Amino acid sequence: MADLPILSIVTFLPLVGALITFLIWEDSEVARRNVRFVALFTTVVTFLVSLGIWYNFDNSQSGFQMVEKVAWIREGDISYHMGVDGISMLFVILTTFLMPFCILASWDSVQNRVREYMIAFLLLETLMIGVFCALDIVLFYVFFEAGLIPMFLIIGVWGGARRVYASMKFFLYTLLGSVLMLLAIMAMYWQAGTTDIPTLMAYKFPAEMQTWLWVAFFASFAVKMPMWPVHTWLPDAHVEAPTAGSVILAGILLKMGGYGFLRFSLPMFPLASAEMQTFVFVLSVIAIVYTSLVALMQEDIKKLIAYSSVAHMGYVTMGIFAANTQGIQGGIFQMLAHGLVSGALFLCVGVVYDRMHTREIAAYGGLVNNMPKYAVAFLIFTMANVGLPGTAGFVGEFLTLLGAFRANTWVALVATLGVILSAAYALWLYRRVVFGTLDKEALKSILDLNTREKWILYPLIVLVIFFGVYPSPVFDVTQASVDALITNYQAAVDGAVQAASK
Amino acid sequence: MLHLIVFLPLIGFLIAGLFGKQIGDKASEYVTSGLLIAAALFSWVNFFGFWQGGAEAFTIPVLKWIEVGNFSVDWAFRVDTLTAVMLIVVNTVSALVHVYSIGYMSHDPHRPRFFAYLSLFTFAMLMLVTSDNLIQMFFGWEGVGLASYLLIGFWYKKPSANAAAMKAFVVNRVGDFGFALGIFGVFVLFDSVNFDVIFANASGLAGAADDKVVLNFLGHQLQQSSAITVVALLLFMGAMGKSAQFLLHTWLPDAMEGPTPVSALIHAATMVTAGVFLVARMSPIFELSHTALTFITFIGATTAFFAATVGLVQNDIKRVIAYSTCSQLGYMFAALGVGAYGAATFHLFTHAFFKALLFLGAGSVIHAVSDEQDMRNMGGLRKHIPRTYWMMVIGTVALTGLGIPGTVIGTAGFFSKDAIIESLYVGQNAFAGYAFWMTVVAAFFTSFYSWRLIFMTFHGKPRASADVMSHVHESPNVMLVPLYVLAVGALFAGVLFYANFIGAHHEPGQLDNHYTEFWKSALYLGADNKILEQFHNVPKLVKWSPFIMMASGFVLAYIFYIRSTGLPAELARQHPGLYQFLLNKWYFDELYDRIFVRPAMWLGRFLWKEGDGRVIDGMGPNGISARIMDVTRGAVKLQSGYLYHYAFAMLIGIAALVTYTMFAGAH
Repeated sequence: MADLPILSIVTFLPLVGALITFLIWEDSEVARRNVRFVALFTTVVTFLVSLGIWYNFDNSQSGFQMVEKVAWIREGDISYHMGVDGISMLFVILTTFLMPFCILASWDSVQNRVREYMIAFLLLETLMIGVFCALDIVLFYVFFEAGLIPMFLIIGVWGGARRVYASMKFFLYTLLGSVLMLLAIMAMYWQAGTTDIPTLMAYKFPAEMQTWLWVAFFASFAVKMPMWPVHTWLPDAHVEAPTAGSVILAGILLKMGGYGFLRFSLPMFPLASAEMQTFVFVLSVIAIVYTSLVALMQEDIKKLIAYSSVAHMGYVTMGIFAANTQGIQGGIFQMLAHGLVSGALFLCVGVVYDRMHTREIAAYGGLVNNMPKYAVAFLIFTMANVGLPGTAGFVGEFLTLLGAFRANTWVALVATLGVILSAAYALWLYRRVVFGTLDKEALKSILDLNTREKWILYPLIVLVIFFGVYPSPVFDVTQASVDALITNYQAAVDGAVQAASK
Repeated sequence: MLHLIVFLPLIGFLIAGLFGKQIGDKASEYVTSGLLIAAALFSWVNFFGFWQGGAEAFTIPVLKWIEVGNFSVDWAFRVDTLTAVMLIVVNTVSALVHVYSIGYMSHDPHRPRFFAYLSLFTFAMLMLVTSDNLIQMFFGWEGVGLASYLLIGFWYKKPSANAAAMKAFVVNRVGDFGFALGIFGVFVLFDSVNFDVIFANASGLAGAADDKVVLNFLGHQLQQSSAITVVALLLFMGAMGKSAQFLLHTWLPDAMEGPTPVSALIHAATMVTAGVFLVARMSPIFELSHTALTFITFIGATTAFFAATVGLVQNDIKRVIAYSTCSQLGYMFAALGVGAYGAATFHLFTHAFFKALLFLGAGSVIHAVSDEQDMRNMGGLRKHIPRTYWMMVIGTVALTGLGIPGTVIGTAGFFSKDAIIESLYVGQNAFAGYAFWMTVVAAFFTSFYSWRLIFMTFHGKPRASADVMSHVHESPNVMLVPLYVLAVGALFAGVLFYANFIGAHHEPGQLDNHYTEFWKSALYLGADNKILEQFHNVPKLVKWSPFIMMASGFVLAYIFYIRSTGLPAELARQHPGLYQFLLNKWYFDELYDRIFVRPAMWLGRFLWKEGDGRVIDGMGPNGISARIMDVTRGAVKLQSGYLYHYAFAMLIGIAALVTYTMFAGAH
């Protein structure tokens, strides 16, 4: 069992499913059904196998575990190097966990090119898991960039009316960011002579070089996150993406930015991170307040949730760069919780979109009359989104704010304003969509959640409350790795201070 | 037993909430009410342990919650006298409100949901009062906010109810903004958010060297005394929101959109007193900051006065009581500010009985007159609903504090309110004198608007339509019995408990041992807090002042609304500005709309259209992509198939580039 390359298995299982799907050539009703079942089966099996990673994970270790290393490109000393630590492991689980929901959410709503759609999703899953497992920077880059393509296609082919604009915007933004990262990777290779991530983490880059490398990586991760002011691709992408695309986008793809900060920026460029702390803080609190205000005025449900995502990611970057235990642990927790909560919110939007084919807030109202179960589910996720204690949304938000308060009270003060604003936009949305009388003619015959939708939303409710009441399983995993990260970071920063004072 | 007290309401919530449809309306009502009655009985057993049994404070850990680095909090129950008092207040009123609602809500189609919400509220409130740390308290704090939101908006078809629900939640969040920052500050100061640790180290922190910087707040290097003040004020901001104090009070009157039992439970007896509980609980911190206490007195006294003035002219029966609640909460805070924690808590305790009684009585009136709430359409109901009438009168005499000064003959409010006014008279902070006068005047207003309510509703000629009057009926016993129970509390809670809560005979240097043995260490008094030794020794006139105010308020109300009923209208006509000012609640809603709501919305739209749209998109991607689009549009028709190739070509290009540069670099 221990020798089994479990990370590679989990990473490439979806690809196997994609291949099987690929072989279903004909385009009949039966074939489409089969395609869906193959995709669902693949993602469920992948999730179950991935639980083996969690099961075998040793919480007390801070280093990488379940490591696999095979030479890939000998001349460049680039290897196929996989492994997980406390920071990355749960993102793998989150990815494999959300995928079956995406397949289920697309069950009826996607009717054309089902085969290609499922292939795109399965391919995307492989690439996303790869990002979180890769321990070679070139391997990481390949996964990181290649993930763009299926997502680009999902938005561009199966998206809404302005899908072409949205997918181009998405692609351009992320690509421009990653060009800089590519340059930085090359520079790091020339400097350190390796592309191996654990080796690079131990390598001490010269201080002035750190700044440039940090900026280059930041460009890529900030776009992914997305941070203000490079966030405008996200609302458009979300609005046009099919429901499952939005779930993946908000649930996983955004987290790659935060993961990148934790994997590269803080450990490899600690001096630059410390130097840039204020800069990131400023962008983060602007993101929180600015996008919350913008969210308040949105007329499109998905756009509102997209802006709210940007605000929530603001807490994450703020927490990570606070660079203390509460900030970073809170940031990781916030990413995981946001993966569940925003995913669930987009699924909730999908439920009514499938029925009414509109995302206009004004087109709804009074849904609670006909859809009481839906109203309850939507309420719970809304409350998690505004960070109500007892839901998963609270723990991360609170800890990142606490971490920020320890680092800089101004930052915490402004960021805490987001607590008020998030309540305003989220409850206003809920009021306009769910409460009131049901007097719009088109809505009169709307039906409550069907069995498939209950299967999608109810497990998420359970998890959102479970992790709000008992978040320890997450912190147990992340504790050791985060402690090690902070110790190294602090040592580097202190060392620089001492060197300067000599 | 503590587990039962706290979790029985949760179980009730889950049963009624998840299976309400299956088990039916009746079963939901009986299950939730039954569990609540059981919880209330256990709470009294627990309280007797503290009252007569000399029980010691104890803590029961329940479950690990958040443990990150040195930040560690658990789910736990911490019970001392203060908690025991809150437990009986919360569970008693909640149980009575549950029972009452069986009658009051009998025509509502969503009864399981209503009872589920009530039980959920109770559970959250119990988590708040049993907490052993600030985070669990915050959980309960926001949990009651959620329940309040759901219950105010219970009739979700009414736009006004939805608006009020949202307003309540958002305004409370403004308070929570301060509360959260306060918690962060406490953590920085004490490295812990657990009460035991905070209390143990609070005085030690105060004794620390004066020049030691303990908190860097907004660029200011704060030493311990100013740091404590900042933290205390931030925590108090949370209390202001939850307890609807001046400036953050605007949500409470609107909250009357909820069903009346909700107003009695949440917006009179329990949730709104959470702020008072917070300050009393954190007394070891507040006692260290004279500045914060002074501010609390100021806000409390201002609220007491302000809300009472608005209450004078309101016509909606529930709004009058709502402003009265707001005003009485102001009394409690004023007392907290001068360090009279016992008196504040005592008023919290007695107020729960008579204010719940008044609200439930008002509900009984509303029930009788076909859901009419405007007192201008009532009148002459005394003969039709005599039991309700007498219950309301008992509530009113308790609220106005009827009693004979210098003796132990009096209603519940007499003991607690007079204790507050006397404490303010001897209080040591800069606003104590101001607070004394404000609360004395407010006592006059209180008496006036309370009797005005009674006279307008029950006396005089009926002003309702003949149709409504023909349907007027006394409420069923399921609604009246809770009133009787509360009436007993409103009459006797004062005389029974005053020796324990505030002490009967304090000597200098020797506090009444009824007091000390009751509270033990639950309420902390700083070394120079002499309020207890002094507040009984006030001039006769001060002792009699609340009584004089109460009597004159009654007389004036009698003249205005029984004798010469034309006078109020005449007065309003002579002072139209003042009347409108009061009727429109000092124009706070309009002011906030102008300075917060509309600018926020304008800013949101501006940042969206101009910031995101014109500046960021216009300069960035749209500019670039527009050019790309131009090129591609000229070359080929844009199709998804083409995009596919385009994207793929880009990636292959990148991959090739990577490989090439890597090889080039290696050689």
